[in-house]
Amino acid sequence: MSVPAAAEETSAGTLSVRGVSKRYGELVALRDVSFELCAGEVLAIVGPNGAGKTTLLSIVAGTQSATAGSVHANGAAEASRSARAQRAAVGWAPQQAALYSRLTVAENLRLFARLERVADPERAVERMLDQTELRARADDRVGRLSGGNRQRVNVALALLADPPVLALDEPSASLDPAQRERLWEFIKGLARSGHSVIFSSHNMAEVQRHADRVIVLDRGEQLFDGAPAELMRTAGDGDRSEIGQRDLESALVAFVARSEREQGIGE
Amino acid sequence: MRWLLAKDVRILARSRLLLVVLVVYPAAIALLIGFAISRTPSRPRVAIVDETPPGATVAIGSKVVSVHRYAEQLFSQVQAVDVRTRAQALAKVNAAEVLAAVVIPPDIVAKATSGTTQGRLEVVYNGNALEQSLVQAQLSSALAQANLGFSQQIQQAASSAISQLLHGGNASELGAPGYLIGLDQIPPLLARVISHQPRGPDRAALERVAAFADFAATNLNVSRSVLASVGQPVSVSTRLLHGRRTPLDTFAVVVAVSISEMFVCLLLAAGGLALEREEHTLARLVRGLVARETVLAEKAFVAAGCAFAVAFALLAGVGAFVALDWARVWLWLIALAASSLAFGALGVAIGALAREVRASSLLAFLLSLPLAFLALVPSGAVASGLSDVISAISYVFPFKSALQALDAAVNRSAPAIGGSLVHLAVLVLAFGALARVSLRSAD
Repeated sequence: MSVPAAAEETSAGTLSVRGVSKRYGELVALRDVSFELCAGEVLAIVGPNGAGKTTLLSIVAGTQSATAGSVHANGAAEASRSARAQRAAVGWAPQQAALYSRLTVAENLRLFARLERVADPERAVERMLDQTELRARADDRVGRLSGGNRQRVNVALALLADPPVLALDEPSASLDPAQRERLWEFIKGLARSGHSVIFSSHNMAEVQRHADRVIVLDRGEQLFDGAPAELMRTAGDGDRSEIGQRDLESALVAFVARSEREQGIGE
Repeated sequence: MRWLLAKDVRILARSRLLLVVLVVYPAAIALLIGFAISRTPSRPRVAIVDETPPGATVAIGSKVVSVHRYAEQLFSQVQAVDVRTRAQALAKVNAAEVLAAVVIPPDIVAKATSGTTQGRLEVVYNGNALEQSLVQAQLSSALAQANLGFSQQIQQAASSAISQLLHGGNASELGAPGYLIGLDQIPPLLARVISHQPRGPDRAALERVAAFADFAATNLNVSRSVLASVGQPVSVSTRLLHGRRTPLDTFAVVVAVSISEMFVCLLLAAGGLALEREEHTLARLVRGLVARETVLAEKAFVAAGCAFAVAFALLAGVGAFVALDWARVWLWLIALAASSLAFGALGVAIGALAREVRASSLLAFLLSLPLAFLALVPSGAVASGLSDVISAISYVFPFKSALQALDAAVNRSAPAIGGSLVHLAVLVLAFGALARVSLRSAD
């Protein structure tokens, strides 16, 4: 369902996604996805491959446009609000680090701080070097960094303009357990300071540990929106033998399988 | 755009190999072209076997033409290697010590003076197709020049003999006894004798002899000019319809500079844009930070700037070997700037279409070679239908216009530079639009 942006009202919250659909020709990548994200909340988008997670995050980040529906960041509903301002309200860290490998960490940060028109680019760079604990690697070329450090720079770029909403596409995919732990400490710190975080992941353990809410997507359909514990309960309602495992990954598999059975998919 | 420009310049400066190539390439090409066109081409080594007797001459009338002098004229076109026998000459050709052998047979004088047969040289050559072509062309040219010289000497000798018959004089060289009366002196002499003769059969006979002598003198005079025209029946007068005659060496410079400019510009523009996609930074840039048009323009400007600098350095470097008109340097700069921008626009279109650095570099390379080749095919050298296709292809890509603009700027050749500049400007817009459409789905 498509709702014109100018005509709708946005409830309180840092991110409002309403009736978002996306089509690539005949393929429906997303169908009528809606949710609200409150300040300081950490929201996980989960689902099998091809569920539409990256497409949804790209639309939230403004790198793709929705075929129908609307996205408003930081409670902005005014028609006069520019697309640039909408995008500036969402910091985006894509799945594959979008960095210039021949520039140093500091040069990458400085370039994007200037392009973002941050008031004091040098101060923003210093702040991000401290926050991401990359000061010791500031003069290293990004191409020579480890995958974990590259991902930290990737997240740092998303935070340069201090956006209220952070969209992270599989942020810990290429990290080892220690790096993953440090990254999540950092992200949780951002949430505690009032940032809203929306991220996609295949790692159900970290979703269970760090997400306040979970949205389950499958084939572009929004199947579930609630707390991780609620997902486990809902999945268990239909199949007592599977809920016995008591972990989110098993619950997600059971939930998606049951939903597909109910829709007559895969029979 | 300035931050993007600064970023790309910094990245270029850090790509040491690329930087070395950008500096060394124009210098090396300039030196190569300079040496190639400032030095005379080497003459092919040809074995010469002169089997004629020493001092052999061809006598025409009072003139004697030396066979050795004819051979010398022939040798001047090649690097002659004297050998004594035909067998030695063939051995040298087989051993690839010489590219060809020319045998002047002993009967060449007899045949040349027989009036019934021509003197005949024997040419034996070897080597690959290119060497064969080189030897054939140079020997044909040398033989044609030597024959022309020989023919002119024979014609001069014949003309001198005719002149003596016509005007009289000491003709002992022709086998005449002492001073000989000229044919044109006979009619007035006979007229005086006839005037003293009474009418009758003797006077009538003398009048017929006088009429014949007058007719013969008139026609013999004409035969001298006929001989000259037979010696060289056709002379060539050339006229250029438009522009100034372009020396081949400066045209070669213009071609080399244009090809280098195209290579550098296409590879940098296409590779630069494709690199933004490969590093996933394009999606971050066009996410409200920079307009797609700005990204395209910036990439085209960086590539065009580098190509402009390389092309100008190349032109200036070659200028050390070839005389270029530096008073027209501002026109060179305009032509180079316009063509660099057009190549830059084509480059970003390639980069936007190809998406990957390797694919875009390969596509730029594959496109450059045939474009340069097609633009250099003369219109009359192929069938008219194919020529139209080549013209159409050359028209929709910037190389031919870039070449014409620089040729007009450097050599004052036609067509004038204005038309080419307008065409290049149109191509900048067209390829810019193509790049923008191709980049629409960048994410």
